[in-house]
Amino acid sequence: MTDVTSTSAILAAREHQRSASRIGWSWLIPTLYILFLMVPIYWLLNMSFKTTNEILGGLTLWPHRFTLASYREIFTDATWYNGYRNSISYVTLNMVISVTAALPAAYAFSRYRFVGDKHLFFWLLTNRMAPPAVFALPFFQLYSAIGLFDTPIAVALAHCLFNVPLAVWILEGFMSGVPKEIDETAYIDGYSFPKFFVKIFMPLIASGIGVTAFFCFMFSWVELLLAKTLTSVAAKPIAAVMTRTASTSGYELGLLAAAGVLTLIPGAVVIYFVRNYIAKGFALGRV
Amino acid sequence: MEKTLNNRAWFMVLPVLLLVAFNAVIPLMTVVNYSVQETFGGNVFFFHGVGWFQDVLQSDRFHAALGRQLVFTFSILFIEVPLGVVIALAMPRRGVWVSVCLVLMALPLLIPWNVVGAIWNIFALPDIGLLGHTLNAIGIDYNYTRHPGDAWFTIILMDVWHWTSLVVLLAYAGLISIPDAYYQAAKIDAASRWSVFRYIQLPKMKRVLTIAILLRFMDSFMIYTEPAVLTGGGPGNSTTFLSIDLVKVALGQFDLGPAAAMSIIYFLIVLLMSWVFYTLMMRNEEQS
Repeated sequence: MTDVTSTSAILAAREHQRSASRIGWSWLIPTLYILFLMVPIYWLLNMSFKTTNEILGGLTLWPHRFTLASYREIFTDATWYNGYRNSISYVTLNMVISVTAALPAAYAFSRYRFVGDKHLFFWLLTNRMAPPAVFALPFFQLYSAIGLFDTPIAVALAHCLFNVPLAVWILEGFMSGVPKEIDETAYIDGYSFPKFFVKIFMPLIASGIGVTAFFCFMFSWVELLLAKTLTSVAAKPIAAVMTRTASTSGYELGLLAAAGVLTLIPGAVVIYFVRNYIAKGFALGRV
Repeated sequence: MEKTLNNRAWFMVLPVLLLVAFNAVIPLMTVVNYSVQETFGGNVFFFHGVGWFQDVLQSDRFHAALGRQLVFTFSILFIEVPLGVVIALAMPRRGVWVSVCLVLMALPLLIPWNVVGAIWNIFALPDIGLLGHTLNAIGIDYNYTRHPGDAWFTIILMDVWHWTSLVVLLAYAGLISIPDAYYQAAKIDAASRWSVFRYIQLPKMKRVLTIAILLRFMDSFMIYTEPAVLTGGGPGNSTTFLSIDLVKVALGQFDLGPAAAMSIIYFLIVLLMSWVFYTLMMRNEEQS
Protein backbone atom coordinates (compact mmCIF):
# COMPACT_ATOMS: atom_id res chain seq x y z
CA MET A 1 0.00 0.00 0.00
CA THR A 2 2.75 2.39 0.98
CA ASP A 3 4.57 1.38 -2.17
CA VAL A 4 1.64 2.37 -4.31
CA THR A 5 1.17 5.73 -2.64
CA SER A 6 4.87 6.55 -2.84
CA THR A 7 5.03 5.58 -6.51
CA SER A 8 2.02 7.70 -7.31
CA ALA A 9 3.51 10.54 -5.24
CA ILE A 10 6.72 10.32 -7.26
CA LEU A 11 4.71 10.22 -10.47
CA ALA A 12 2.72 13.26 -9.36
CA ALA A 13 5.88 15.14 -8.41
CA ARG A 14 7.48 14.30 -11.75
CA GLU A 15 4.33 15.40 -13.53
CA HIS A 16 4.33 18.60 -11.55
CA GLN A 17 7.95 19.23 -12.57
CA ARG A 18 7.20 18.53 -16.20
CA SER A 19 4.14 20.75 -16.35
CA ALA A 20 6.12 23.47 -14.56
CA SER A 21 8.82 23.31 -17.19
CA ARG A 22 6.17 23.42 -19.90
CA ILE A 23 4.58 26.51 -18.38
CA GLY A 24 8.11 27.93 -18.36
CA TRP A 25 7.97 28.89 -22.02
CA SER A 26 4.43 28.38 -23.25
CA TRP A 27 2.99 31.56 -21.70
CA LEU A 28 5.26 33.49 -24.04
CA ILE A 29 3.25 32.71 -27.19
CA PRO A 30 -0.14 34.03 -26.03
CA THR A 31 1.58 37.00 -24.39
CA LEU A 32 3.39 37.98 -27.58
CA TYR A 33 0.21 37.50 -29.56
CA ILE A 34 -1.84 39.68 -27.20
CA LEU A 35 0.92 42.31 -27.33
CA PHE A 36 0.69 42.24 -31.13
CA LEU A 37 -3.09 42.74 -30.84
CA MET A 38 -2.82 45.58 -28.36
CA VAL A 39 -0.14 47.74 -29.98
CA PRO A 40 -2.33 49.10 -32.82
CA ILE A 41 -5.17 49.66 -30.33
CA TYR A 42 -2.78 51.51 -28.04
CA TRP A 43 -1.75 53.64 -31.00
CA LEU A 44 -5.39 54.56 -31.64
CA LEU A 45 -5.90 55.43 -27.97
CA ASN A 46 -2.68 57.43 -27.91
CA MET A 47 -3.73 59.36 -31.02
CA SER A 48 -7.17 60.17 -29.57
CA PHE A 49 -5.67 62.06 -26.61
CA LYS A 50 -3.31 64.17 -28.71
CA THR A 51 -3.83 67.64 -30.16
CA THR A 52 -3.87 67.88 -33.96
CA ASN A 53 -0.58 69.79 -33.84
CA GLU A 54 1.13 67.08 -31.88
CA ILE A 55 -0.19 64.35 -34.22
CA LEU A 56 1.07 66.07 -37.33
CA GLY A 57 4.22 67.35 -35.61
CA GLY A 58 5.94 63.98 -35.51
CA LEU A 59 6.06 60.64 -33.75
CA THR A 60 5.42 60.66 -29.99
CA LEU A 61 4.92 57.44 -28.06
CA TRP A 62 2.49 58.96 -25.56
CA PRO A 63 0.49 62.23 -25.59
CA HIS A 64 2.78 65.01 -24.36
CA ARG A 65 -0.05 67.50 -24.25
CA PHE A 66 -2.94 65.36 -23.03
CA THR A 67 -6.31 66.62 -24.27
CA LEU A 68 -9.91 65.45 -24.25
CA ALA A 69 -10.89 67.92 -26.98
CA SER A 70 -11.67 65.19 -29.54
CA TYR A 71 -14.00 63.39 -27.14
CA ARG A 72 -15.66 66.67 -26.15
CA GLU A 73 -16.39 67.40 -29.79
CA ILE A 74 -17.99 64.00 -30.30
CA PHE A 75 -20.23 64.30 -27.23
CA THR A 76 -21.41 67.81 -28.10
CA ASP A 77 -22.01 67.33 -31.84
CA ALA A 78 -25.39 65.80 -32.66
CA THR A 79 -24.24 64.07 -35.89
CA TRP A 80 -21.67 62.16 -33.85
CA TYR A 81 -23.71 60.99 -30.88
CA ASN A 82 -26.76 60.32 -33.04
CA GLY A 83 -24.54 58.01 -35.03
CA TYR A 84 -23.99 55.93 -31.89
CA ARG A 85 -27.69 55.95 -31.10
CA ASN A 86 -28.56 54.78 -34.62
CA SER A 87 -25.98 52.00 -34.56
CA ILE A 88 -27.14 50.72 -31.19
CA SER A 89 -30.81 50.82 -32.20
CA TYR A 90 -30.48 48.83 -35.42
CA VAL A 91 -28.09 46.35 -33.82
CA THR A 92 -30.50 45.71 -30.94
CA LEU A 93 -33.46 45.43 -33.29
CA ASN A 94 -31.59 42.98 -35.48
CA MET A 95 -30.55 40.90 -32.46
CA VAL A 96 -34.16 40.59 -31.28
CA ILE A 97 -35.57 39.75 -34.73
CA SER A 98 -32.84 37.24 -35.55
CA VAL A 99 -32.99 35.31 -32.29
CA THR A 100 -36.81 35.25 -32.16
CA ALA A 101 -37.14 33.95 -35.71
CA ALA A 102 -34.27 31.50 -35.38
CA LEU A 103 -35.44 29.78 -32.16
CA PRO A 104 -38.35 27.72 -33.60
CA ALA A 105 -36.47 27.06 -36.84
CA ALA A 106 -33.41 25.75 -35.01
CA TYR A 107 -35.65 23.53 -32.91
CA ALA A 108 -37.23 22.11 -36.06
CA PHE A 109 -33.81 21.39 -37.60
CA SER A 110 -32.46 19.77 -34.43
CA ARG A 111 -35.50 17.56 -33.68
CA TYR A 112 -37.33 16.73 -36.90
CA ARG A 113 -36.76 15.36 -40.36
CA PHE A 114 -38.93 17.00 -42.99
CA VAL A 115 -39.12 17.26 -46.77
CA GLY A 116 -36.18 19.29 -48.03
CA ASP A 117 -34.63 19.97 -44.61
CA LYS A 118 -31.01 19.47 -45.71
CA HIS A 119 -31.47 21.62 -48.82
CA LEU A 120 -33.15 24.32 -46.79
CA PHE A 121 -30.33 24.31 -44.24
CA PHE A 122 -27.70 24.69 -46.95
CA TRP A 123 -29.73 27.38 -48.73
CA LEU A 124 -29.86 29.34 -45.46
CA LEU A 125 -26.10 29.01 -45.13
CA THR A 126 -25.54 30.27 -48.68
CA ASN A 127 -26.90 33.61 -47.52
CA ARG A 128 -24.13 33.80 -44.98
CA MET A 129 -21.82 33.38 -47.99
CA ALA A 130 -23.38 36.12 -50.12
CA PRO A 131 -20.91 38.98 -50.51
CA PRO A 132 -22.60 42.19 -49.22
CA ALA A 133 -21.11 44.03 -52.19
CA VAL A 134 -23.39 41.94 -54.43
CA PHE A 135 -26.47 43.03 -52.50
CA ALA A 136 -25.70 46.71 -51.91
CA LEU A 137 -27.45 48.14 -54.95
CA PRO A 138 -30.53 45.83 -55.01
CA PHE A 139 -31.02 46.44 -51.27
CA PHE A 140 -30.97 50.16 -51.86
CA GLN A 141 -33.70 49.80 -54.50
CA LEU A 142 -35.76 47.31 -52.51
CA TYR A 143 -35.83 49.32 -49.29
CA SER A 144 -36.45 52.58 -51.16
CA ALA A 145 -39.39 50.96 -52.91
CA ILE A 146 -41.06 49.87 -49.67
CA GLY A 147 -40.40 53.23 -48.02
CA LEU A 148 -38.04 52.04 -45.30
CA PHE A 149 -34.89 53.70 -46.66
CA ASP A 150 -32.93 55.62 -44.02
CA THR A 151 -34.59 53.95 -41.02
CA PRO A 152 -32.97 51.65 -38.43
CA ILE A 153 -35.54 48.97 -39.33
CA ALA A 154 -34.17 48.78 -42.88
CA VAL A 155 -30.65 48.07 -41.64
CA ALA A 156 -31.92 45.65 -38.99
CA LEU A 157 -33.89 43.69 -41.62
CA ALA A 158 -31.04 43.76 -44.13
CA HIS A 159 -28.60 42.37 -41.57
CA CYS A 160 -30.99 39.45 -41.07
CA LEU A 161 -29.62 38.21 -44.40
CA PHE A 162 -26.48 36.89 -42.72
CA ASN A 163 -27.48 36.91 -39.02
CA VAL A 164 -30.57 34.70 -39.21
CA PRO A 165 -28.75 31.80 -40.94
CA LEU A 166 -25.91 32.13 -38.43
CA ALA A 167 -28.35 32.21 -35.50
CA VAL A 168 -30.09 29.07 -36.77
CA TRP A 169 -26.73 27.35 -37.19
CA ILE A 170 -25.48 28.19 -33.68
CA LEU A 171 -28.78 27.47 -31.91
CA GLU A 172 -29.17 24.17 -33.73
CA GLY A 173 -25.74 23.16 -32.41
CA PHE A 174 -26.70 23.98 -28.82
CA MET A 175 -30.15 22.38 -29.09
CA SER A 176 -28.76 19.12 -30.43
CA GLY A 177 -26.78 18.88 -27.21
CA VAL A 178 -30.03 18.64 -25.20
CA PRO A 179 -31.25 15.02 -25.00
CA LYS A 180 -34.55 14.38 -26.72
CA GLU A 181 -35.86 12.47 -23.69
CA ILE A 182 -36.40 15.83 -21.99
CA ASP A 183 -38.92 16.84 -24.66
CA GLU A 184 -40.72 13.51 -24.43
CA THR A 185 -40.90 13.56 -20.63
CA ALA A 186 -42.36 17.06 -20.72
CA TYR A 187 -45.04 16.03 -23.20
CA ILE A 188 -45.94 13.03 -21.04
CA ASP A 189 -46.19 15.40 -18.08
CA GLY A 190 -48.85 17.28 -20.04
CA TYR A 191 -46.94 20.32 -21.19
CA SER A 192 -48.16 21.93 -24.40
CA PHE A 193 -45.46 22.73 -26.97
CA PRO A 194 -45.30 26.53 -26.39
CA LYS A 195 -45.30 26.06 -22.61
CA PHE A 196 -42.61 23.39 -22.80
CA PHE A 197 -40.50 25.53 -25.14
CA VAL A 198 -40.59 28.68 -23.03
CA LYS A 199 -40.64 27.18 -19.54
CA ILE A 200 -38.32 24.18 -19.91
CA PHE A 201 -36.39 24.21 -23.16
CA MET A 202 -35.29 27.84 -23.35
CA PRO A 203 -33.76 27.89 -19.84
CA LEU A 204 -31.80 24.74 -20.80
CA ILE A 205 -30.16 26.46 -23.74
CA ALA A 206 -29.92 29.89 -22.10
CA SER A 207 -26.17 30.08 -22.66
CA GLY A 208 -26.71 29.18 -26.30
CA ILE A 209 -29.25 31.98 -26.68
CA GLY A 210 -26.81 34.38 -25.02
CA VAL A 211 -24.02 33.32 -27.36
CA THR A 212 -26.31 33.65 -30.38
CA ALA A 213 -27.37 37.13 -29.34
CA PHE A 214 -23.69 37.98 -28.95
CA PHE A 215 -22.92 36.83 -32.50
CA CYS A 216 -25.85 38.75 -33.96
CA PHE A 217 -24.65 41.81 -32.11
CA MET A 218 -21.12 41.27 -33.34
CA PHE A 219 -21.85 40.83 -37.04
CA SER A 220 -24.41 43.62 -37.14
CA TRP A 221 -22.11 45.98 -35.23
CA VAL A 222 -19.08 45.44 -37.46
CA GLU A 223 -20.84 45.49 -40.84
CA LEU A 224 -20.69 48.80 -42.66
CA LEU A 225 -21.26 48.42 -46.39
CA LEU A 226 -25.01 47.63 -46.16
CA ALA A 227 -25.60 49.93 -43.18
CA LYS A 228 -24.05 52.79 -45.12
CA THR A 229 -25.92 52.01 -48.34
CA LEU A 230 -29.31 51.90 -46.61
CA THR A 231 -29.05 55.18 -44.70
CA SER A 232 -28.45 58.77 -45.65
CA VAL A 233 -29.08 61.25 -42.82
CA ALA A 234 -31.62 60.21 -40.21
CA ALA A 235 -30.33 56.72 -39.42
CA LYS A 236 -26.64 56.99 -40.29
CA PRO A 237 -24.52 54.57 -38.21
CA ILE A 238 -21.49 55.79 -36.30
CA ALA A 239 -19.05 53.93 -38.50
CA ALA A 240 -20.41 55.75 -41.55
CA VAL A 241 -20.24 59.13 -39.81
CA MET A 242 -16.55 58.40 -39.33
CA THR A 243 -15.83 57.81 -43.00
CA ARG A 244 -17.69 60.95 -43.99
CA THR A 245 -15.78 63.09 -41.51
CA ALA A 246 -12.52 61.56 -42.55
CA SER A 247 -13.10 62.41 -46.19
CA THR A 248 -14.71 65.84 -46.01
CA SER A 249 -12.99 67.72 -43.23
CA GLY A 250 -9.49 66.68 -44.15
CA TYR A 251 -6.99 65.30 -41.71
CA GLU A 252 -8.75 65.23 -38.35
CA LEU A 253 -6.92 62.18 -37.12
CA GLY A 254 -7.51 62.94 -33.44
CA LEU A 255 -11.26 63.03 -33.94
CA LEU A 256 -11.19 59.89 -36.07
CA ALA A 257 -9.16 58.10 -33.39
CA ALA A 258 -11.49 59.19 -30.58
CA ALA A 259 -14.54 57.99 -32.53
CA GLY A 260 -12.73 54.72 -33.20
CA VAL A 261 -11.98 54.23 -29.50
CA LEU A 262 -15.64 54.80 -28.66
CA THR A 263 -16.69 52.09 -31.13
CA LEU A 264 -14.53 49.58 -29.23
CA ILE A 265 -16.43 50.03 -25.97
CA PRO A 266 -19.74 48.26 -26.76
CA GLY A 267 -17.83 45.26 -28.11
CA ALA A 268 -15.60 45.06 -25.05
CA VAL A 269 -18.62 45.24 -22.70
CA VAL A 270 -20.45 42.50 -24.58
CA ILE A 271 -17.42 40.19 -24.64
CA TYR A 272 -17.03 40.60 -20.90
CA PHE A 273 -20.56 39.25 -20.34
CA VAL A 274 -20.15 36.17 -22.52
CA ARG A 275 -16.49 35.46 -21.66
CA ASN A 276 -17.22 32.01 -20.17
CA TYR A 277 -19.14 30.82 -23.22
CA ILE A 278 -17.10 32.56 -25.87
CA ALA A 279 -14.93 29.60 -26.88
CA LYS A 280 -17.88 27.23 -27.20
CA GLY A 281 -19.88 29.93 -28.92
CA PHE A 282 -17.26 30.45 -31.60
CA ALA A 283 -17.39 26.72 -32.22
CA LEU A 284 -21.11 27.27 -32.98
CA GLY A 285 -22.05 24.98 -30.12
CA ARG A 286 -20.42 22.03 -31.87
CA VAL A 287 -17.52 20.72 -29.85
CA MET B 1 -29.76 11.87 -32.40
CA GLU B 2 -32.63 10.01 -34.03
CA LYS B 3 -34.97 12.55 -35.60
CA THR B 4 -38.69 12.02 -36.12
CA LEU B 5 -40.26 12.63 -39.50
CA ASN B 6 -42.62 15.58 -39.14
CA ASN B 7 -43.50 17.76 -42.10
CA ARG B 8 -45.33 20.23 -39.91
CA ALA B 9 -41.87 21.36 -38.80
CA TRP B 10 -42.03 23.54 -41.93
CA PHE B 11 -44.30 25.89 -39.98
CA MET B 12 -41.54 26.45 -37.45
CA VAL B 13 -39.10 27.26 -40.20
CA LEU B 14 -41.54 29.60 -41.94
CA PRO B 15 -40.60 32.91 -40.19
CA VAL B 16 -36.92 32.39 -41.01
CA LEU B 17 -37.81 31.38 -44.53
CA LEU B 18 -39.87 34.52 -45.17
CA LEU B 19 -37.33 36.84 -43.58
CA VAL B 20 -34.38 35.47 -45.50
CA ALA B 21 -36.31 35.05 -48.74
CA PHE B 22 -37.36 38.70 -48.62
CA ASN B 23 -33.73 39.72 -48.24
CA ALA B 24 -32.17 37.21 -50.57
CA VAL B 25 -34.57 36.22 -53.34
CA ILE B 26 -35.91 39.66 -54.32
CA PRO B 27 -32.46 41.33 -54.52
CA LEU B 28 -31.00 38.32 -56.29
CA MET B 29 -33.78 38.49 -58.89
CA THR B 30 -33.01 42.20 -59.38
CA VAL B 31 -29.39 41.30 -60.02
CA VAL B 32 -30.34 38.53 -62.48
CA ASN B 33 -32.67 40.98 -64.21
CA TYR B 34 -29.91 43.56 -64.69
CA SER B 35 -27.40 40.98 -65.78
CA VAL B 36 -29.34 40.13 -68.96
CA GLN B 37 -30.30 43.65 -69.98
CA GLU B 38 -28.59 46.54 -71.75
CA THR B 39 -29.55 50.20 -71.47
CA PHE B 40 -28.69 53.43 -73.28
CA GLY B 41 -29.98 55.53 -70.42
CA GLY B 42 -33.42 57.01 -69.80
CA ASN B 43 -34.56 53.88 -68.00
CA VAL B 44 -35.04 52.03 -71.28
CA PHE B 45 -33.80 48.45 -71.09
CA PHE B 46 -33.66 45.71 -73.67
CA PHE B 47 -32.66 42.08 -73.55
CA HIS B 48 -28.95 41.43 -73.90
CA GLY B 49 -28.78 37.69 -73.28
CA VAL B 50 -25.57 36.34 -71.84
CA GLY B 51 -23.47 39.13 -73.37
CA TRP B 52 -22.42 40.64 -70.05
CA PHE B 53 -21.39 37.26 -68.71
CA GLN B 54 -19.16 36.69 -71.74
CA ASP B 55 -17.66 40.16 -71.35
CA VAL B 56 -16.91 39.67 -67.67
CA LEU B 57 -15.53 36.15 -68.06
CA GLN B 58 -13.21 37.31 -70.84
CA SER B 59 -12.08 40.57 -69.27
CA ASP B 60 -8.51 40.82 -68.01
CA ARG B 61 -9.69 43.10 -65.25
CA PHE B 62 -11.92 40.39 -63.74
CA HIS B 63 -9.20 37.76 -64.08
CA ALA B 64 -6.73 40.05 -62.33
CA ALA B 65 -9.13 40.81 -59.46
CA LEU B 66 -9.98 37.12 -59.08
CA GLY B 67 -6.29 36.23 -59.07
CA ARG B 68 -5.52 38.80 -56.37
CA GLN B 69 -8.50 37.55 -54.38
CA LEU B 70 -7.29 33.94 -54.50
CA VAL B 71 -3.72 34.90 -53.55
CA PHE B 72 -5.03 36.94 -50.63
CA THR B 73 -7.47 34.30 -49.36
CA PHE B 74 -5.00 31.45 -49.49
CA SER B 75 -2.17 33.51 -47.97
CA ILE B 76 -4.22 34.44 -44.93
CA LEU B 77 -5.53 30.87 -44.55
CA PHE B 78 -1.95 29.54 -44.60
CA ILE B 79 -0.87 32.05 -41.96
CA GLU B 80 -3.91 32.25 -39.68
CA VAL B 81 -4.83 28.58 -39.31
CA PRO B 82 -1.41 27.23 -38.18
CA LEU B 83 -0.73 30.34 -36.11
CA GLY B 84 -4.13 30.07 -34.41
CA VAL B 85 -3.56 26.39 -33.58
CA VAL B 86 -0.12 27.12 -32.09
CA ILE B 87 -1.50 29.91 -29.92
CA ALA B 88 -4.45 27.79 -28.77
CA LEU B 89 -2.08 24.96 -27.77
CA ALA B 90 0.01 27.36 -25.70
CA MET B 91 -2.95 28.92 -23.91
CA PRO B 92 -3.58 28.14 -20.23
CA ARG B 93 -6.39 25.61 -19.67
CA ARG B 94 -7.74 26.92 -16.37
CA GLY B 95 -7.39 29.80 -13.97
CA VAL B 96 -8.01 33.53 -14.19
CA TRP B 97 -5.68 33.98 -17.15
CA VAL B 98 -8.07 32.07 -19.40
CA SER B 99 -10.72 34.79 -19.17
CA VAL B 100 -8.14 37.53 -19.59
CA CYS B 101 -6.71 35.88 -22.70
CA LEU B 102 -10.13 35.19 -24.22
CA VAL B 103 -11.47 38.71 -23.65
CA LEU B 104 -8.35 40.43 -24.99
CA MET B 105 -8.08 38.10 -27.96
CA ALA B 106 -11.73 38.51 -28.92
CA LEU B 107 -11.49 42.30 -28.91
CA PRO B 108 -10.34 42.75 -32.55
CA LEU B 109 -13.31 40.65 -33.70
CA LEU B 110 -15.77 43.23 -32.36
CA ILE B 111 -14.26 46.31 -33.95
CA PRO B 112 -16.32 47.71 -36.85
CA TRP B 113 -14.54 46.80 -40.04
CA ASN B 114 -13.94 50.34 -41.21
CA VAL B 115 -12.45 51.15 -37.79
CA VAL B 116 -10.08 48.21 -38.30
CA GLY B 117 -9.06 49.85 -41.58
CA ALA B 118 -8.73 53.22 -39.85
CA ILE B 119 -6.60 51.78 -37.01
CA TRP B 120 -4.15 50.27 -39.47
CA ASN B 121 -4.25 53.34 -41.64
CA ILE B 122 -3.06 55.41 -38.66
CA PHE B 123 -0.73 52.72 -37.32
CA ALA B 124 1.09 52.19 -40.63
CA LEU B 125 1.52 55.83 -41.71
CA PRO B 126 5.15 56.12 -42.79
CA ASP B 127 5.82 59.40 -40.97
CA ILE B 128 3.65 59.43 -37.83
CA GLY B 129 2.43 55.83 -37.47
CA LEU B 130 4.30 53.51 -35.13
CA LEU B 131 4.66 50.63 -37.62
CA GLY B 132 5.60 52.77 -40.62
CA HIS B 133 7.96 54.96 -38.62
CA THR B 134 9.72 51.98 -37.03
CA LEU B 135 10.17 50.19 -40.36
CA ASN B 136 11.60 53.31 -41.94
CA ALA B 137 13.83 53.93 -38.91
CA ILE B 138 15.47 50.49 -39.27
CA GLY B 139 16.24 51.24 -42.88
CA ILE B 140 13.33 49.69 -44.79
CA ASP B 141 11.80 52.00 -47.35
CA TYR B 142 8.18 51.44 -46.36
CA ASN B 143 5.19 53.33 -47.73
CA TYR B 144 1.93 51.45 -48.16
CA THR B 145 0.30 54.14 -50.26
CA ARG B 146 3.09 54.01 -52.85
CA HIS B 147 4.61 50.52 -53.01
CA PRO B 148 2.28 47.62 -53.95
CA GLY B 149 4.42 45.16 -51.95
CA ASP B 150 4.07 47.25 -48.81
CA ALA B 151 0.32 47.58 -49.36
CA TRP B 152 0.01 43.79 -49.58
CA PHE B 153 2.17 43.31 -46.50
CA THR B 154 0.02 45.76 -44.52
CA ILE B 155 -3.29 44.22 -45.64
CA ILE B 156 -2.19 40.69 -44.80
CA LEU B 157 -0.80 41.80 -41.44
CA MET B 158 -4.07 43.62 -40.76
CA ASP B 159 -6.11 40.54 -41.57
CA VAL B 160 -3.90 38.35 -39.37
CA TRP B 161 -4.35 40.88 -36.58
CA HIS B 162 -8.09 41.01 -37.13
CA TRP B 163 -9.03 37.36 -37.59
CA THR B 164 -6.41 34.98 -36.13
CA SER B 165 -8.31 35.16 -32.82
CA LEU B 166 -11.29 33.45 -34.47
CA VAL B 167 -9.11 30.42 -35.26
CA VAL B 168 -7.60 30.55 -31.75
CA LEU B 169 -11.02 30.56 -30.07
CA LEU B 170 -12.31 27.71 -32.22
CA ALA B 171 -9.20 25.58 -31.75
CA TYR B 172 -9.26 26.32 -28.04
CA ALA B 173 -12.92 25.22 -27.79
CA GLY B 174 -11.89 21.94 -29.43
CA LEU B 175 -8.95 21.47 -27.07
CA ILE B 176 -10.81 22.03 -23.81
CA SER B 177 -13.42 19.46 -24.83
CA ILE B 178 -10.78 16.69 -24.68
CA PRO B 179 -11.25 14.69 -21.45
CA ASP B 180 -8.22 14.44 -19.13
CA ALA B 181 -8.36 10.65 -19.43
CA TYR B 182 -7.00 10.89 -22.99
CA TYR B 183 -3.89 12.70 -21.79
CA GLN B 184 -3.41 10.26 -18.92
CA ALA B 185 -3.61 7.34 -21.32
CA ALA B 186 -1.05 9.05 -23.55
CA LYS B 187 1.23 9.52 -20.54
CA ILE B 188 1.05 5.84 -19.65
CA ASP B 189 2.03 5.03 -23.22
CA ALA B 190 4.86 7.58 -22.88
CA ALA B 191 3.63 9.34 -26.00
CA SER B 192 5.75 12.19 -27.31
CA ARG B 193 4.44 15.77 -27.46
CA TRP B 194 4.11 15.40 -31.23
CA SER B 195 2.09 12.19 -31.09
CA VAL B 196 -0.22 13.69 -28.46
CA PHE B 197 -0.85 16.51 -30.93
CA ARG B 198 -1.11 14.27 -33.97
CA TYR B 199 -3.31 11.50 -32.54
CA ILE B 200 -5.33 13.20 -29.78
CA GLN B 201 -5.51 16.94 -30.20
CA LEU B 202 -5.65 17.28 -33.98
CA PRO B 203 -8.47 14.74 -34.49
CA LYS B 204 -10.47 16.43 -31.74
CA MET B 205 -9.94 19.82 -33.37
CA LYS B 206 -10.82 18.60 -36.86
CA ARG B 207 -14.45 19.61 -36.64
CA VAL B 208 -13.91 23.09 -35.23
CA LEU B 209 -10.98 23.71 -37.56
CA THR B 210 -13.21 22.91 -40.53
CA ILE B 211 -15.65 25.54 -39.27
CA ALA B 212 -12.73 27.95 -38.86
CA ILE B 213 -11.49 27.36 -42.40
CA LEU B 214 -15.02 27.62 -43.81
CA LEU B 215 -15.71 30.92 -42.01
CA ARG B 216 -12.31 32.40 -42.80
CA PHE B 217 -12.62 31.34 -46.43
CA MET B 218 -16.07 32.90 -46.87
CA ASP B 219 -15.27 36.12 -45.04
CA SER B 220 -11.90 36.72 -46.67
CA PHE B 221 -13.41 36.08 -50.08
CA MET B 222 -15.99 38.79 -49.39
CA ILE B 223 -13.58 41.27 -47.82
CA TYR B 224 -14.38 44.84 -48.75
CA THR B 225 -14.37 47.45 -46.01
CA GLU B 226 -10.94 46.96 -44.44
CA PRO B 227 -8.82 47.18 -47.62
CA ALA B 228 -11.16 49.84 -49.02
CA VAL B 229 -10.43 52.07 -46.02
CA LEU B 230 -6.73 51.17 -45.81
CA THR B 231 -5.62 51.35 -49.43
CA GLY B 232 -8.80 51.95 -51.47
CA GLY B 233 -7.60 49.16 -53.78
CA GLY B 234 -4.36 50.95 -54.54
CA PRO B 235 -1.66 51.83 -55.26
CA GLY B 236 -2.95 51.53 -58.83
CA ASN B 237 -5.07 48.39 -58.84
CA SER B 238 -2.62 46.28 -56.87
CA THR B 239 -4.97 45.52 -53.96
CA THR B 240 -8.29 45.66 -55.82
CA PHE B 241 -10.01 42.48 -54.66
CA LEU B 242 -13.28 41.22 -56.13
CA SER B 243 -15.61 43.18 -53.83
CA ILE B 244 -13.71 46.43 -54.30
CA ASP B 245 -13.75 45.98 -58.07
CA LEU B 246 -17.47 45.19 -57.97
CA VAL B 247 -18.32 48.31 -55.96
CA LYS B 248 -16.19 50.39 -58.35
CA VAL B 249 -18.15 49.05 -61.34
CA ALA B 250 -21.61 49.13 -59.72
CA LEU B 251 -21.63 52.27 -57.59
CA GLY B 252 -18.69 54.15 -59.11
CA GLN B 253 -19.30 53.77 -62.83
CA PHE B 254 -22.95 52.68 -62.48
CA ASP B 255 -22.49 49.99 -65.15
CA LEU B 256 -25.40 47.90 -63.90
CA GLY B 257 -25.28 45.13 -66.51
CA PRO B 258 -21.60 44.17 -66.13
CA ALA B 259 -21.78 44.71 -62.36
CA ALA B 260 -24.76 42.36 -62.09
CA ALA B 261 -23.13 39.72 -64.28
CA MET B 262 -19.98 40.02 -62.19
CA SER B 263 -22.02 39.71 -58.96
CA ILE B 264 -23.56 36.46 -60.12
CA ILE B 265 -20.26 34.94 -61.22
CA TYR B 266 -18.67 36.07 -57.94
CA PHE B 267 -21.50 34.62 -55.86
CA LEU B 268 -21.36 31.33 -57.76
CA ILE B 269 -17.63 31.02 -57.10
CA VAL B 270 -18.12 31.55 -53.35
CA LEU B 271 -21.06 29.17 -53.36
CA LEU B 272 -19.23 26.42 -55.20
CA MET B 273 -16.16 26.55 -52.96
CA SER B 274 -18.24 26.78 -49.78
CA TRP B 275 -20.31 23.82 -50.95
CA VAL B 276 -17.14 21.77 -51.29
CA PHE B 277 -16.06 22.74 -47.76
CA TYR B 278 -19.55 22.14 -46.37
CA THR B 279 -19.80 18.68 -47.92
CA LEU B 280 -16.40 17.74 -46.53
CA MET B 281 -17.46 19.00 -43.11
CA MET B 282 -20.72 17.06 -43.10
CA ARG B 283 -18.92 13.92 -44.19
CA ASN B 284 -16.53 14.33 -41.25
CA GLU B 285 -19.47 14.76 -38.94
CA GLU B 286 -21.15 11.59 -40.13
CA GLN B 287 -17.94 9.63 -39.64
CA SER B 288 -17.41 10.78 -36.06
